[in-house]
Amino acid sequence: MTSASTPANGGTIYHVKKGDRGTILDIAEFCLWYGAAQALFGVEMVVERGLVTALIGPSGCGKSTLLRSLNRMNDLIDGMTISGNVTLDNNNIYDPRADVIALRKRMGMVFQKPNPFPMSIFENVIYPLRVDGVRNKRLLEETAERSLKSAALWDEAKDRLHQSALGLSGGQQQRLCIARAIAGDPEVLLMDEPCSALDPISTARVEELIDELSGQYTIIIVTHNMQQAARVSDNTAFMYLGKLIEYGDTDEIFTNPKSRQTQDYVTGRFG
Amino acid sequence: MTVSYLNKTVAADAGQTMTMARKRVTDLSSQGEPFLWALGGALAFGCIMIVGFLVMVLWNGLSTFYPKSIAAVTLTNGEVIAGEPSRVERYKLAPDIAEQLPPKARAMVAADDGFALRTLYRTGNFDLYGDDFRWVPEHNVAKREYPNGLYFAERVEWGVFIGRIQGFEAGGAKKEAGNFAESEMRAAHAEARDRFHRIRNIEKDEIGSINHYLNKERLGLRGIELRNGIASPEYAAANEKFNARAQELQIRYDELAAEAKALRAEDAAQRVYLADIGGREKVLPLSTIVRLYAANDIGFFQKIGVYLSRWAEFLTEEPREANTEGGVLPAIFGTFAMTVLLVVAVAPFGVITALYLREYAKQGRTVAIVRVAVNNLAGVPSIVYGVFGLGFFAYILGGRIDRLFFSENLPNPTFGTGGLLWASLTLALLTVPVVIVATEEALAAVPRSMREGSLACGASKWQTITRIVLPRAMPGIMTGIILAMARGAGEVAPLMLVGVVKLAPELPVDGFFPFIHLERSFMHLGFHIFDVGFQSRNSEAGKPMVFVTTMLLICLIAAMNLAAIVIRNRMKRKFKGSQF
Ligand SMILES: Nc1ncnc2c1ncn2[C@@H]1O[C@H](COP(=O)(O)OP(=O)(O)OP(=O)(O)O)[C@@H](O)[C@H]1O
Ligand SMILES: [Mg+2]
Repeated sequence: MTSASTPANGGTIYHVKKGDRGTILDIAEFCLWYGAAQALFGVEMVVERGLVTALIGPSGCGKSTLLRSLNRMNDLIDGMTISGNVTLDNNNIYDPRADVIALRKRMGMVFQKPNPFPMSIFENVIYPLRVDGVRNKRLLEETAERSLKSAALWDEAKDRLHQSALGLSGGQQQRLCIARAIAGDPEVLLMDEPCSALDPISTARVEELIDELSGQYTIIIVTHNMQQAARVSDNTAFMYLGKLIEYGDTDEIFTNPKSRQTQDYVTGRFG
Repeated sequence: MTVSYLNKTVAADAGQTMTMARKRVTDLSSQGEPFLWALGGALAFGCIMIVGFLVMVLWNGLSTFYPKSIAAVTLTNGEVIAGEPSRVERYKLAPDIAEQLPPKARAMVAADDGFALRTLYRTGNFDLYGDDFRWVPEHNVAKREYPNGLYFAERVEWGVFIGRIQGFEAGGAKKEAGNFAESEMRAAHAEARDRFHRIRNIEKDEIGSINHYLNKERLGLRGIELRNGIASPEYAAANEKFNARAQELQIRYDELAAEAKALRAEDAAQRVYLADIGGREKVLPLSTIVRLYAANDIGFFQKIGVYLSRWAEFLTEEPREANTEGGVLPAIFGTFAMTVLLVVAVAPFGVITALYLREYAKQGRTVAIVRVAVNNLAGVPSIVYGVFGLGFFAYILGGRIDRLFFSENLPNPTFGTGGLLWASLTLALLTVPVVIVATEEALAAVPRSMREGSLACGASKWQTITRIVLPRAMPGIMTGIILAMARGAGEVAPLMLVGVVKLAPELPVDGFFPFIHLERSFMHLGFHIFDVGFQSRNSEAGKPMVFVTTMLLICLIAAMNLAAIVIRNRMKRKFKGSQF
């Protein structure tokens, strides 16, 4: 199911594969400045609910910036300004009256570098619930087990749930962070190069995990690994110098890209 | 020109320099070693000074309480003195005095270029001689021996007595020396001391608590008078009640006073007859002697016994003899309590300030100015804080508190004068910049990824700070608190203005409600050192106590710091991962 459209604003080429549950995020005319330097130029993009969307592009092209704009993580940066809109289920997330915390509760995020908190594995996983003030012990334990199982960490961690999370290996820590992100039961999972610190086996596990979670969650994943993008995603967005160049069906992007720049990038001619 | 240019570039390669025709000169400034030596020397010098200081304090502090032998010195003019030799000094004799010396002594002095040695003897017997110490030039000494039977007696009043025991009187009968066993006298002494403590207990604690209750009743009555007026029926009723209660207390007081009087009479009958080495007699109640030992007769283990008993007294008793003798328990307690209160006050104050500055305040000119101001606070002379503490805390705040809550006690101040609370708060103000700076740095050192991870989980800023940032910054904050504590515990100057006194009659903690009396003035080891060493009747007697007290103060601060460091390291361990 591919619907190709003509290049609209900024010359983006669209041929997005539609999911059967409609769209969830609508990014419209989105520009972002770090101080005086513009990092995103009029990004127009619609994310399909329940599908996996990959963001690819050369280093510094604004993938992380775009991803972090979706849960307003960029608010932390001094001097950041934006224009344009991002709507989640028709609610403008940049509305001055929007509840940022509620927004972040709907959007789990996994960072490029694992960032477990200095507490036990158990406390790490249930952190989103603790933040919500959940005290029911059964619920906490069930959530921890379910999330760790989903993140393929349960077998390794079940005997040391109450030991420090900092004692885990880097790959285990990253899976712990994934477990933490899904413990809060978000609708969207934002992943910024989640596998860059992982070995091939852990990477394969995370990819399996993404497969399992797709459908249930909407996943947006930034990756530098073309094979990974091709393997896990339904749609792929190619960005270059802060602009969205091409956004569409992953198979199409990798086999028959419409843009010269996309073609050069995915075939490894630059970037 | 060209050649030198070439030389320069090639010479950059040290290996090739050797083969070059033109030799490069290496002047002093390009050699590393001399500077390395200078740096190392400076470090070594610093270390030696610190170690030397510690060794001096420890040696003097630890040896002070060890009993010394008593020398009996016969002078060339026939006079005999007895005392503990305390130190020897070389001094220059005035020529006219040297002229008048007997020929033998003159020859000795002449052989030493007009210098002579003299020894300082602690002769004690202040009541007889008017002085505790005496210098004796070596050339005046005819004979020096260490005879048996010379006693060193520490008294409740007038310092030590050095001399012989002529006899003692117990139960109305006097026993001459030689007619009684030492153990007999020791038993009588122990009994007398027991009685002495009982008397003191009655007079100080029991009668003291009667006075306390009486005072409380009186204040209650005065409160009613202030509220309802002296003509009101409430006052009349209360006054009646007060009179009844006062009478009750008076009866109890009379009983206790009678008991104390009887004990005192018994006490006066038990006396000891002392005589100095020259035979001058002194009769004292046995109970006024704290400790008694024959310095030249006892062996090593008995000396250790005396040594330990002196330490026990020092650590657990109150001072006597204008602080030069007895213990320092109130000062230890005061220092400890003040430091704990200081930490309790400074930690939340400093941490909250730093949290606001770092996490919430908009970083700009105002915050920068506040930061500079905070840092400058650390450079204000501490006595200025003392003045501020007295003016603001004691007079303004304390005065207001007195008028609101303790009006019945006026014009006597309760909080309106220096006290434990005001001293702690003053020191908290003095040390708060340290905590602020350390906390700000600890907060800044918490990785951004931690905060982002927490925020991405839907935590609010406050939750992120309390659950992630603060625990993570805790070791750094603790370091700041430890530094503040060390600084505060060693500070003396401002304390003299806001509540430290030479002798505090009551500890800030006792059995009367509310048990902790933050308004009371207190003693402090630092001030005690100053007072004992430099403000007392004879500073020579206080000098050894200066070292002992200094050692104690250093140990106390070290112990408190160590405890805090252990806690901090526990916390740190939590944040250490196994992977790198
Ligand atoms: N905090 C910041 N302040 C200023 N400029 C920033 C900041 N973060 C990113 N940038 C700039 O914004 C642009 C986009 O950065 P971004 O991190 O989004 O790139 P990226 O596509 O994620 O790259 P990579 O693949 O290397 O992670 C870059 O030019 C970067 O220098
Ligand atoms: Mg990035």
